[in-house]
Order: sequence, then structure tokens, then C-alpha cells
Amino acid sequence: MFTNLPIIILLLPLLAFILMIFFGNKLPRKGDWLATGMMALTLVLSVVLLITKVGSHSAEVFTSSFDWVVVGSKTIGFGIMIDNLAAIMLVVVTLVSTLVHLFSIAYMKGDVRYSRYYAYLGLFSFSMLGIVLTNNILLMYVFWELVGISSYLLIGHWYEKKSASNAANKAFIVNRVGDFGMFIGIMILFISFSSFTFEAIFDSISAGQLPFGSEGWLTAAGVLIFCGAVGKSAQFPLHVWLPDAMEGPTPVSALIHAATMVAAGVYLVARVFPMLTADALMVIAYIGAITALIAATIAITQFDIKKVLAYSTISQLGYMIMALGVGAYTAGFMHLVTHAAFKAGLFLGAGSVIFAMHASLHKLHDHDTDAQDIRNMGGLKAKMPVTYWTFLIFTLAISGIPLTSGFLSKDEILAGTLAFSTINGHWLLPLVAFTVAGLTAFYMFRLFIITFHGKAANEKILAGVMESPKVMTIPLMVLAALSLFFFYSFNPFGASSGWFYSAVVRPASMVPELLQPAAYPVFYEAVSSVHTIAMVLSIIIAVAGVYLAFMVYQQKKISAEKLAQRAGFLYKGATNKWYFDEMYNRVFVNGSHVIMKALRWFDETIIDGIVNGAATVTQLFASISGWIDTNIVDGLVNGTASTANRAGGLLSHIQTGKVQTYLLFVLFSFVVLFILFL
Amino acid sequence: MELNIFGIGILTWIVFIPIVGMIIVLLLPDKNRNAIRWTAAVATGIQVVLAGIIFAVFDRAKLGINDAESFQFMEKYSWITVEAVPWVGRIEINYFLGIDGLSVLMIILTSLIAFIGVISSWNIDKMVKGYFALYLLLVTGMMGVFVALDFFLFFIFWEVMLLPMYFLIGLWGGPRREYAAIKFFIYTFVGGILMLLTMLALYFSVAYTDPATGQSVHTFNILHMMNPANYVDGGLLSGVDTTWRYVAWMALFINFAIKIPLFPFHTWLPDAHVEAPTPISVILAGVLLKLGTYGLLRINFPIFPDATVYFIYFMAALGMISIIYGAFCAMAQDDFKKLIAYSSISHMGIVVLGIAALNTQGMVGGVLQMFNHGIITAVLFLSVGVLYDRTKKRGLYDFGGIATQMPKYTGLAMIGMFAALGLPGLNGFVSELFSFLGAFEAYKWITIISVTGIIITAGYILWTIQRVYLGKTPEKLADLKDLTPREVLMFVPLIVLIILLGIYPAPAIELMNSSLSHLVEFINAGGM
Repeated sequence: MFTNLPIIILLLPLLAFILMIFFGNKLPRKGDWLATGMMALTLVLSVVLLITKVGSHSAEVFTSSFDWVVVGSKTIGFGIMIDNLAAIMLVVVTLVSTLVHLFSIAYMKGDVRYSRYYAYLGLFSFSMLGIVLTNNILLMYVFWELVGISSYLLIGHWYEKKSASNAANKAFIVNRVGDFGMFIGIMILFISFSSFTFEAIFDSISAGQLPFGSEGWLTAAGVLIFCGAVGKSAQFPLHVWLPDAMEGPTPVSALIHAATMVAAGVYLVARVFPMLTADALMVIAYIGAITALIAATIAITQFDIKKVLAYSTISQLGYMIMALGVGAYTAGFMHLVTHAAFKAGLFLGAGSVIFAMHASLHKLHDHDTDAQDIRNMGGLKAKMPVTYWTFLIFTLAISGIPLTSGFLSKDEILAGTLAFSTINGHWLLPLVAFTVAGLTAFYMFRLFIITFHGKAANEKILAGVMESPKVMTIPLMVLAALSLFFFYSFNPFGASSGWFYSAVVRPASMVPELLQPAAYPVFYEAVSSVHTIAMVLSIIIAVAGVYLAFMVYQQKKISAEKLAQRAGFLYKGATNKWYFDEMYNRVFVNGSHVIMKALRWFDETIIDGIVNGAATVTQLFASISGWIDTNIVDGLVNGTASTANRAGGLLSHIQTGKVQTYLLFVLFSFVVLFILFL
Repeated sequence: MELNIFGIGILTWIVFIPIVGMIIVLLLPDKNRNAIRWTAAVATGIQVVLAGIIFAVFDRAKLGINDAESFQFMEKYSWITVEAVPWVGRIEINYFLGIDGLSVLMIILTSLIAFIGVISSWNIDKMVKGYFALYLLLVTGMMGVFVALDFFLFFIFWEVMLLPMYFLIGLWGGPRREYAAIKFFIYTFVGGILMLLTMLALYFSVAYTDPATGQSVHTFNILHMMNPANYVDGGLLSGVDTTWRYVAWMALFINFAIKIPLFPFHTWLPDAHVEAPTPISVILAGVLLKLGTYGLLRINFPIFPDATVYFIYFMAALGMISIIYGAFCAMAQDDFKKLIAYSSISHMGIVVLGIAALNTQGMVGGVLQMFNHGIITAVLFLSVGVLYDRTKKRGLYDFGGIATQMPKYTGLAMIGMFAALGLPGLNGFVSELFSFLGAFEAYKWITIISVTGIIITAGYILWTIQRVYLGKTPEKLADLKDLTPREVLMFVPLIVLIILLGIYPAPAIELMNSSLSHLVEFINAGGM
């Protein structure tokens, strides 16, 4: 059950990938139903696995592994591990993947590389499930990069567009920077503990072993591994790739760049949580907080529907990372799960809107209007009821309004940061957390109102808008249902009494006692004492955010322009994404161009100059000896009279590059003489 | 272990079967081009079969390196013997072949690449007879180096490679072929002289007592040179940690560093690659470069363990510089072939870094990287060749949108590209992983700097893919045809290996694990 089933779940999408890549174009309907069906089957199997695992084996951890390779005397094993974390994550991944497969049938209809698209979705699902299932940090890294390459292929799906291939490159390379850190971290762990498995690494650490015998290296290893999460989960300062990744098809954004792959970083931190020192966790918490704040401020100022959602994703990921950093482990992971549902919903909803806009613009033969710019929308509510109502539920959930799943998880995170600050006085974290909660409610309702309410920006476009077909609306409805509270806890005002909280328990820290974060009971007590305050505060702030959005964009009692003016440089900075892209371009892209050109010059001028100089000198010697040779030989045979004449010809002959014959001769005679001598 | 076919050892077969092919090629009439091609294909095909047999029966547990007893498929015959030379004594040169875990993968690589090189040479039209004759001679030279255990024999094979290579570039190459060929020749020639001098110095320093006659005999036997007890009193290279031993190490190192090629001895490679015809580039990058690192492992490391340890930090640093420098230079190129040439410098730097770790992980990673890089870079050069055949262009900016036009080809080429950027699941990752793991244990900071190379590599590979394969297909490329069956055939074995060894490298690592572990122990014990 817990060895074969996960392997089947893992391999089904891989099989789908292989089938689609080789036979996709020959299958009926280019294989879309086959791919979707196989993914749905993995979903069913994953649900069965989750129910069995959490239902009757909640406290157990199942692992199985095999020897991959033996190097020297060290055996490296690969294997899988099923705990509640993995079982829940399996369902999240397969569910969103199945819905995205379904949604794409209509959304990608008629695409030039339709079956290729489904093949890559299969490759992605396989790699993502690999990350979830592995018991081993090396194998995690392997799948980590494989999701990276799937993401690269899917962002660049429409590679005829330069902007798409640029975005794909940026995504992969920026992720590589994070992976570089992760790789160093993995090397530190392996060199110190001779194993890649989480279990063995934790055991060694809890037995008092430290990497290179130093506490600093243990913290460093944790932070370096976290670098992988910084890349993949688009955390500051590597968040710049995710907004560009929106160049990919929208269902891809929903699956990879909202619900699953970008959450892998959070999953990674949860996996290695027991080995993180208090210092490492502090770094993680602050990185998360900075990310959440930066991204939220940018999201307010964007007009591209997908860009707003992209920055919102970055911000929410920052939330999860911050939650793990402060020790609110369960809350952070729960937010991953609830966010996966409502953010996938938001992206698919956006996809539905873009799809409708495209169809309408197509009918009008309008190729200039941007189908993703919310300033061209407005009033879509009447035309797209299902999209509208589901989008409303998703927006309420992400804003943290009670009765939604988002309220449950966000509330616990807020309580966690507040509790953290009562323990050690880091009050900046809860301050950021509550601010971001307000900002989120504001920018999400801004997006919602401009898109669906009010008057249409262009009546002609609106006239052509139609509700999307069933394959697209059904996934929206499923995800909307999953964005309600009762799937996670029957108490709408407290997640901690639900099954989720009893299934996912914060693991004990393995690091030496002096380096440990505040122990769980201490933390738990602090959370309990601030929980009510946090909840009331979070509801007030969320409602305030929503209210403000209605004032500005629905009632227009406050002018958005004036607000922007008053914010001055803050608004300018946020609109320009705080100039990260410009700065990175100037420093890293231009920097590497300068270095590469300088090195090329060095290579071609200095090193080759020396080589060619040496060759010229050799040639000179050769021609001198050639001249002597010629003169003597000619002198003996023909007398000196005609020498000058002929020497000129021969000399030029030598100088046109026949030195090699001399060298050949030298070499050959050397070898021959040597053999003869012996 | 011995394995004879018609009374002749398998290693002799695998080395000299191309010579047989060459003789047949020379006897065939000029016009009969297909017979010439097929002869070459059969000769190298037989090599592949023999390599397969060797792979199947090779004893994974035997150590080799310095222990004559545990070499496999050994053949040892007295070749040249001079009884009494004044103040030298008896001289003997042996025809001494054998392989261990260090050489076995290289045998497999050489035979495979040589065979694929023949397939990709199929459309060479200029002087077909001469081309294939030289090609087969080259293959014998390469194979010979990997099996020779007598230094003199090693040297002969080493020099035998030089001439055909020179002519293959100089006659069948591109517009600047003369310059490239001379540059290649001078570089390797200088290296050859250094090796020759060191070989002679070693010869006069090493003598063993013939058990039959009790006579003290100078020898070229590489294994004897590894035993400190065999050094004569007062010999130039006798003793431990002497200046002359350092000098000798350095002379050999320069010779091998030129072949690898290691910064700053590398500038012959980009020119040679750019001018060489595709199959020769494949051979050059696929096999020839490995001779450099192989030489270090077969000769420098076990004969001079003291000097190796003395210079090892320097060597690791050169590896690091090659990795970063090669990667940046690759990024700066706008010629597809030059880009791959510089990427080879970068990837061979990983080999050097790995073996410089002087531990088993690094050593295994390094040797596996030699094999993997051979396979990957062959795919890359074949990829350029496919485009060059169709368009006679190599500039990165001459292309675009090939993915739409030639989807099959692009799929295969991109697997090669991804393997080169170290994507997990493909073979390049495994060997880079172990090289870096080993190196990290020995040199923290050098390795950390080297690992930044994976970011630069991702940069230039993806940028290349974008420029060549992605984007809109321009008008001028709109009639490009996808791969022919012959072309598919030359890609498929390599791609299969890239994926198989990426997922499950154990069959390759098992071959060398014991030998390389032994080599590490041997060096760290100072050659005792």
C-alpha cells in the first residue's frame, strides 16, 4: 500500500509524458483525454492513499529505498517516504494538475503544439510528485531541477515570441542561482554525514554531530538549502523571475507558478525543518516577511491581470515562508494547501476571463488591445456568472474573510507571528504580516472590482464576451468549493481543532539545544494567548482593506490617482517593481557581458598572441636555417651564380607556412634515430 | 584474465582492427567510395562489439593501477631487446597491453565515438580513401594509448595520433585549416617533446632485477616505474620529493594539460574545432581530450605520487580557472563550434578538479565525467554538423526557429544541451555531482567558486538554445529538412546512454570503483 501505490502515482504521469511525446500527435484528439484520464487516475489513487494514511496510520512514516550507486565505500540510496505531509501534498498536486489538464482542453484548443503541451504537463507532474515523495535531499534536488526544466519548457511554450523565451531563460537561470546555494548545502551535509537521506542527516545531527564540527556551518547549511527555496518559491531577492513567467499559458501559471512548483520551496523548508537552527529560521522568517511586503506593494500598482496575481503569489509565498520561520509550521503548510486551491482558482478564473476577452477581440479583428489588461475589462459580471461568483469566493479566501479556507490558515499565521514577537520581541514580523493582510484584501478587491464590476471599458468588447465552456468552469467550481472552511476544519474560526492540525504536527528540532528555536509547547502557549486578538485584528484589517477597495474603485469616493500622487515616490517605486530588474540587468547581465568580452579579448589577444609570437619566432629560425641549407646545397650543385635568384623563390615557399614539414621531419627523425640507436 | 580470439589477445584485436581496415581501404579502388565507407564502418563496428565483450566479462573487483597481476586481458611480449649496451646494461621495450578500471570506460568510449564518427563521415566527398585511411590510423593510435602499459609503446601510440589528426584538420578542414592544423601540431609537438624527455629520464632512473638472470635491467614498464624500490641509486628521478621529480612531473603535466586542454594551454582547441570537419571534431572532443586526463591518472599520479601531492592544489586551482574561464569564453562566442569548444574546456576543468580531490568520489566523478563529456560533446558537435551540412553556416545568429522546422533534430540536440548544463536525470549531472562532492571535501572555496560555473553554463546553453532553436523560423531556413535515418542512427546510441547513465550510473561506476579507490589509496600512501 505505502510502497507500491506511491510508485504507481509517481510513474503514471511519467508514462503519460512518454506516450504523449512519442505518440501524442497520432492519438485521437491528440491524446488530451488520455493525459487527463491518467492524471485523474493518479488523483484518485492519491486520495485513497491520503484517506488511508491519515485515517488509520496517521502517526507512522513509511519509507522504502534501494541502492542507487556505490562510490568508494559509500552507498547512495534512493527512496520514497510517506508521511502526512507527503500524503496531503500528493493530493494537492494531483488535484490541481487534473483540473488544469481538464481546463486546458478548451483553453489550449487548436494550439500548434497541443500534444507537446500535455506531454510537458505530464513531465512536470512527475517531477513535482518526485519532490513530494522523496526521502532524500539529493533526489529532491534532482526533481527540483526537473520541475525547473518543465517550467522552462512550459513558460517557453510559445517560443516564437521573444518575450516568452526570455522569460523561460530568466526563470531557469535565476532558479539556478538558488540551486547553486542548495547544492553547496547538500554537499556540506553529505561530506559531514555521509548520507543524503533526511532521516540519516537528522539522526546524525541529533546525535551531536556538526558539519565540520562547527555550529556556524550547521546554520550555513540550513540557510544554503533554503537558497533553493528562495529561488523556487520566488523569495526576495530572487523573486524577479515569477512575474515574467506569466508569459506561459495561463493554466500553466495556475499549476506551476501558483499552486504547486512555487510552493515546493515551502515544502522543502518544512522537510528540513528539524535541522534548522534558530538563526537559520530567523533568516527564513525575515526573508519571507520582506518578500510578502515588497510583492504586495507592487501588486497594488499593476494592471495586467496575471501580473497582479503573480505578485500576489509571491506575497503569499512569503507569508508561508515567514510562518515556517517563526515556527508556525502547521499554519505555514496549511496556507500552502489552501492557497493552492484558491490561487489555482484565481489563475484559472483569470484564464477564463482572458479566454473570453481573446474570443471577443478576435471577433472584432482587434489585435492591438491587450486581453490581459484590466483597464480594458469591466462589467464582466453579467456576462460570465460562473467565473464571477467563483472568482469572488477565491478573492474572499485570499483576503482572509471568515468562512473561507484562507481565513483559517492566514489567521493562524498571523497568530504565529504575533506569538513569536511576544516570545523574543521581533515585533517587525507581525507588523509586516498584518500590513500585508490589509494590502492583500485591498489589491485583490481592486482587481476584482475593476475586472467584473462597473461599466465596461469598451462596450463592443464586452458585447462579444461569453461565459467559458464547461471544461473550464467545472474546475473553477471544484476549486471554489475547496476554498471553503469545512474541508479543513469544521470550526470556521479555528483551524487548530480540525483534522489538518492533528495530521500535520511540527516536528521536533534536532539541532543542539542552544541553537534551537523556542520549543513547541512554549510557542503553542503563546499562540493560544494571542489567538483571539490576532483573529479580531485580522478580520478588522481584512474588512478595512475590502472597504477601502470598494470606496476607491466601486464608489470612486476616493480618487486612485490622487492616492497615487500622495504616495509619491512610494507609488513610483512600486509601479516600477522597486527597480529590481533594472538593477539586476545592470549588475549581473551587463556585468557578465563585460567579463565575457574581457576574457574573450584576453584569450584572443594575450594568450593567442603569445602562442602566435612563439610560432613566428620558430618560423624565423626555420627560414634562417632554410636559407643556409639552400645556399650550401645550391652552391655545391649549381655554383653560386644562380643562387640569389632561386633562393628568393624557395624562401618564400618556406615562409608561406611549411614549417610543419620541418617539425614533422624533426619528430620523425627523432623517433627513427631512437629506435635505430637501440 | 586473458581472452584470445584466434590466438590473438582481444586488446590487440581492438587496437589493430582499424589498421586492418586501413590496409583494406588503401587497397580498394578510389572510385569505390561506398566500399571504403563500409570497410571503415565494419572495422569500427567490430571494435564496438569487442568493447561490448570487454564490458561484459571485465572483472569489476580487480584493482590494476600498479599491480601487474590484477590487470586484465594482459598481453606482454618482448618487442625490442638489446643485450649489452655500454654503461646501460640490457635494454628492453615490451609490447605490454592491459586494462584496469581506469581504462575500461575509455575503451568503450573510444570504440563508440569512433563508430559514430564513421557514420557521420558518410557524406565526406573529398579524397574519401585518404580520409578513411587516416581516420582508421587515428583510431588505432587513440585506442593504443588507452591499453599501453609500456611507456615507450604509450609514446608511440601518442605520436601516431598526431599525424592523422594534423592531416585530417589540414586537408579536410575549413578555410583557416592550415593555421589551425599548425597550431594543433606545434602545441602537441611541444608537449610530445616534454613527454619524450621525461620518459627517457624515467627510463634511466628505473631498473628492475630480472628474476631469471639476476641482471639489472632498465625498463619502460609503467608499472615498474610506480615502485620506488625499482629506482636505481643516484638516478635522476630517484628519491622522494626531489626537484627533478617535480620538474619531471611538471613536464608531463604540461604535455597532458595541453591535451585536456587546461587553461592557459587551451587556445589550440577552439581553432582546431572550428576548422575540423564534424566527425573529427567529434573525435577530438569526444576522445582526444580525455587522453590528457587519462595520462595524468595513468602516469603522473601513480609514478610521481609525491609530486602529485605537492602540486595538487595548483592543479585544482587550474581546474577551477578552466571551469569559469571556459564558461565565460563560451558565452562570449558567436560561432556555434567555438562555443562548444570553450564549453569543453569548462567541462574538462571539472574532470581536473574532480581527480585533484585525491579521494574516491572525486576520482570516480572525474573519470565518469571524461566518459560523459565524451558522449555529450559528441552530440553537440553532431548537432552543429547537422546544421552546417544543410546551411554551410555555423554562426549562432545565422539560425532561429529551428525547433519548428526540425522538431526531431531539436529534441535530440536539446537533450544533449541539457545534459551539458548538468540537468539531473541526464548523465552530465551524475559526474559533476561526484566531482564536486569529492572536490568539496578537499577544497572548500575552490569548489564553491567552481560550482558557480553551473550558473554561467546554464546561461550560455539556454542563450544558445534561444538563438538557434527558438523564435520564428526565418524565410531562408524555411526549407530545412529534419534528420535522415542515418543521422538519427548516429544520435540515438549517444542519447540513450545520456539518459540511461543519468538515471542509473551504477554500471559505469562499478567498472572503475575498485581501481580508482586503489589509486587513491596508492597516492595517499605515497606510492607504497
